[in-house]
Amino acid sequence: MTRQARLGLFAVSAAGFGTLLLWAVAGLPDFGHYHGVYGTTLNSVAVGERHATNVVAAVVFDYRGFDTLGEEFILFGSVIGVALLLRDVREEPHRPRDEMRSDAVRLVGLGFAGALLVLGLYVIAHGYLTPGGGFQGGVVIASAFALVYLAGAYRSYRRLTPFPAVDLAEGVGAGGYALIGVVSLLLGSAYLHNFGPLGTTGSLASAGSIPFLNVATAIEVSGAFVLIFTEFLEELAVTRVETGA
Amino acid sequence: MSYLPYALAVWIFLVGLYGVVSSRNLVHLVVSLGVVQSSTYVLLLSIGYVDRGTAPIFKDVPEGTRAVDPVVQALTLTDIVVSVTVGALLLALSLQKQKRAGTTDPDQAGAMRG
Repeated sequence: MTRQARLGLFAVSAAGFGTLLLWAVAGLPDFGHYHGVYGTTLNSVAVGERHATNVVAAVVFDYRGFDTLGEEFILFGSVIGVALLLRDVREEPHRPRDEMRSDAVRLVGLGFAGALLVLGLYVIAHGYLTPGGGFQGGVVIASAFALVYLAGAYRSYRRLTPFPAVDLAEGVGAGGYALIGVVSLLLGSAYLHNFGPLGTTGSLASAGSIPFLNVATAIEVSGAFVLIFTEFLEELAVTRVETGA
Repeated sequence: MSYLPYALAVWIFLVGLYGVVSSRNLVHLVVSLGVVQSSTYVLLLSIGYVDRGTAPIFKDVPEGTRAVDPVVQALTLTDIVVSVTVGALLLALSLQKQKRAGTTDPDQAGAMRG
């Protein structure tokens, strides 16, 4: 099919599809007048039932915990795919020295890397109390490592993130999440049902098994993102060697 | 005006779809797909919005305060993580295409060879 024909076909279909979409959204409740029973109920019972003040985290790691399990494995599968596609066919390149040469960037960047790591840990630890959680905090931690590469040197980045450790984090995170669900089964309740003492609402020691699922997710997400960064950075090195840049 | 956020989601969806259809480069195609996916965030969050509602986080605010819907926010969180990792997977595929076929133009790529 030629380019013009395809764009013409797209214009016709998009006009029809867009009209149908607009018609569909016109049937949605008025913006700001949401009356969903599920969400409204959770907002009023979640804090009392689970002692978690962040209801979004309670939904992700408890009420819809099984859904999150599926998502963990989408994440796991995609990252495995990236590693399979890029790692095997790559020869270990003789890497040119690609260090950041500006002292100012090095100082500020490496300083921020430490701060970012602490921020990530904070976001994870308080995930079920305040905005945050394993997904968000895991990405923040991975960015701290990326900052080491940007402000420092690739060698330092690789020393901090050896493949065995990153691969292990990735697997332990995904497997840990699934195993915590099995603990619920062993305790005689449904898969991934909340267990453990609920603790005092608003303190770190609260929300039953949500903190464990939260940490498992954080380990997996930070491992996944560091792994993706590493694979693509390795590719960059191969390209640079080939083109002599 | 109360349908504006939904119309915005439809617009972002169609703009991204145009990007996918008219793409001359696989990297551009992956980014366009990301745009399509962002429309779902806008749609989900607009559906769950409640007039003058706070975030569904009851730390320092009394329980029973009017808050927006937590379920669609959780779905959006899920959505973002999936879109990023699937984007990475597609970029890895594009990289392989460039290595094997020497082009990232979907029109010239032809059939995949093993």
